[in-house]
Amino acid sequence: MQKSLHIDPDKCTGCLQCEMACSYENYGLFNTSKSRIKVFDFHETGRKVPYTCTQCDEAWCLHACPVEAIKLDAATGAKIVLDNVCVGCKVCTIACPFGTVNYVADTGKVQKCDLCGGEPACAEACPTGAITYVDASWTGLSRMQQWADKLGNQNAAA
Amino acid sequence: MTWAGKILRVNLTQGTIKSEPLNMQWAREYIGQRGLATKYFVEEVDAKVDPLSPENKIIYATGPLTGTMASTGGRYSVITKGALTGAIACSNSGGYFGAELKMAGWDMIIVEGKSPKPVYLYIENDKAELRDASALWGKTVWETEPWIKNHHQDPLIRVSSIGRAGENGVMYAAVVNDLHRAAGRSGVGTVMGSKNLKAIAVRGTKGVGNVRDPKAFMAAVNAGKKVLHDNAVTGQGLPKYGTQVLMNVINEIGALPTRNHRDVQFEGAKDISGEAMHEPRKTDGKPNLVTNQACFGCTIACGRISKIDETHFSVENKPQYWGASGGLEYEAAWALGSANGVNDLEALTYANFICNEDGMDPITFGATVGAVMELYDMGLLTKEQLGVEAPFGSAKALTYFAEITARGEGFGKELALGSKRLTAKYGHPELSMSVKGQEFPAYDSRGIQGMGLAYATSNRGACHLRGYTVASEVLGIPVKTDPLVTEGKPELVKAFQDATAVFDSAGICLFTSFAWTLADVQPQLAAACLEEFTMDNLNTIGERIWNMERDYNNRAGFTAKDDTLPPRLLQEPAKTGPAKGLTNKLPEMLPRYYELRGWTPEGTLKPETRARLGL
Repeated sequence: MQKSLHIDPDKCTGCLQCEMACSYENYGLFNTSKSRIKVFDFHETGRKVPYTCTQCDEAWCLHACPVEAIKLDAATGAKIVLDNVCVGCKVCTIACPFGTVNYVADTGKVQKCDLCGGEPACAEACPTGAITYVDASWTGLSRMQQWADKLGNQNAAA
Repeated sequence: MTWAGKILRVNLTQGTIKSEPLNMQWAREYIGQRGLATKYFVEEVDAKVDPLSPENKIIYATGPLTGTMASTGGRYSVITKGALTGAIACSNSGGYFGAELKMAGWDMIIVEGKSPKPVYLYIENDKAELRDASALWGKTVWETEPWIKNHHQDPLIRVSSIGRAGENGVMYAAVVNDLHRAAGRSGVGTVMGSKNLKAIAVRGTKGVGNVRDPKAFMAAVNAGKKVLHDNAVTGQGLPKYGTQVLMNVINEIGALPTRNHRDVQFEGAKDISGEAMHEPRKTDGKPNLVTNQACFGCTIACGRISKIDETHFSVENKPQYWGASGGLEYEAAWALGSANGVNDLEALTYANFICNEDGMDPITFGATVGAVMELYDMGLLTKEQLGVEAPFGSAKALTYFAEITARGEGFGKELALGSKRLTAKYGHPELSMSVKGQEFPAYDSRGIQGMGLAYATSNRGACHLRGYTVASEVLGIPVKTDPLVTEGKPELVKAFQDATAVFDSAGICLFTSFAWTLADVQPQLAAACLEEFTMDNLNTIGERIWNMERDYNNRAGFTAKDDTLPPRLLQEPAKTGPAKGLTNKLPEMLPRYYELRGWTPEGTLKPETRARLGL
């Protein structure tokens, strides 16, 4: 089954455990500035929103890359950057409508979420279930269940 | 390891900045943050120094776990000689600033001297420079942070700054980061302001690595996170109600100081409690609380984000206060609320916003208002002097006082003194509910006997964060003791004080100790830093830190006479509740405590204590 990251901002507290887990997985360092997932804190409303690559099927980044450094990982559906091919031209960062592929000045390459090969460290580290890794065809399941509970789960005898 | 191994030394008088290697011997003996920075401080700063003189220094320090995945590992502390107290000051803050400083590659910043003009310190990894802050002087914390981010075109910068309270010499000014997280107590922001240092702005992209045993560390971190998750207080109570979970509990046991400690129970407690923050308001149908929020790395998330009712008198026609921001923690709700007999949740939230915006400690501010209301009640201060009618319970007076204090307007100049100086000025020093010049937090020591000893002996003046025996005496953590008796309390206070010093020096939040004991912290510290951080060693380190602070205070002129409580708590029995008829029995506890500490009857370290702890 193909899975995808599922983000529920209502549950996010802004602790950044996801950002640290991401950087630790990929760089062996706790370094939020190197994280491929970012949590945005909208102070005026109190909302905290984790945001990362959605792994588009027709990925703009993949199609825009002139050297074919972005490949599909067939096992997970992730679009992954091949560091040994990437030339750091940044065209993919322009092509991505969501801003989720970014240049890393230290390495001269771009980076984006690769789903950690199928075991995303961010979801593992999230203490509140704001980031989960679920059936890609059923990301709406928990929300459907909430509404089903609200609308249909009445006591028939009442 | 996970010490960055570097400290930044900034001399504001000369305008110089240099990098120094961290003293690793001291790191082994004092860990980091509170312990290590205090070691630097006591070695470098004469104990007799005037806190507001250029000879005082101010240190911003992280711990070895700051910036790691250890739950709550995002703390930093501000260490100096406190403006309010003249004692050693160490105020701890969360948010995101501490981790950013560590990720920029610095364990601490030592700031010396006084700048001839307002400046801010800008740090980008190894690069650090002083920038002109003349455009920022006079601005609030809430204006300063966005100004700096816009000026550098970098929204990822983290800022720690002072507001108008710190600039204008309010004696209990705080250092505030991330808009509403504060190194709040003892006037650390006042010291920062006296140096013409408006802010520290940091951007760190180097990260924190250098973990001694990564596999063991991640295992210990995950085990720690599980303990916090499974514990009823840290897993459920704190995320849902914040520290405000305590309001009704402490009121019920008769230890909620009310109307400047005249009473120990507040009839309006339920109106300003954590539960009340969840209730939809009659006016707009929305609750005061918007959501909870974590600090960096924290898997508890006790922080409150609140929104004030737009129709409330305090914010009418003031849209700048209509957005969500840092809401009431228990201490603020108590100090702004029951200490003054005010039960208007929206007014308290507004006063709390002002404390964050202007950078002042809501505990000392609220307690000072309490003393003023008592003086008003006694007819010793009048409406003409105050600019407002100020009976206990007046939300109008509270919000008015909050507005004028940091600005230094009218009676605000007097409120800026804190309760000790203010009550002395009006001839009634006994009405200041303080120890060593610092006001009590939200626990009346007639109803929680151990806290009386903890307050009297706290190295930074009255404080709940130096020996929180409430955990044991009220909540039963780690074991339940009777709050109304003194037996065993000297031992309990000492144990809490020493363990707390380790928590504060590691880079984690003390609130983990609602679920964690030192035995949960030790594996994380040992795996991250040094194998030699065993339980025995950490206990000794905690004791060493405590005695180092004490020794500095003694040299600053504090004696056994200062280890006391206001006469109200020692002589006026509690009027209601389970502690009815009781005073605090400090004299029953203090001699035994000195004995346990290895101090003379005069409260100084015996030579053998010094030798045992390597002081």
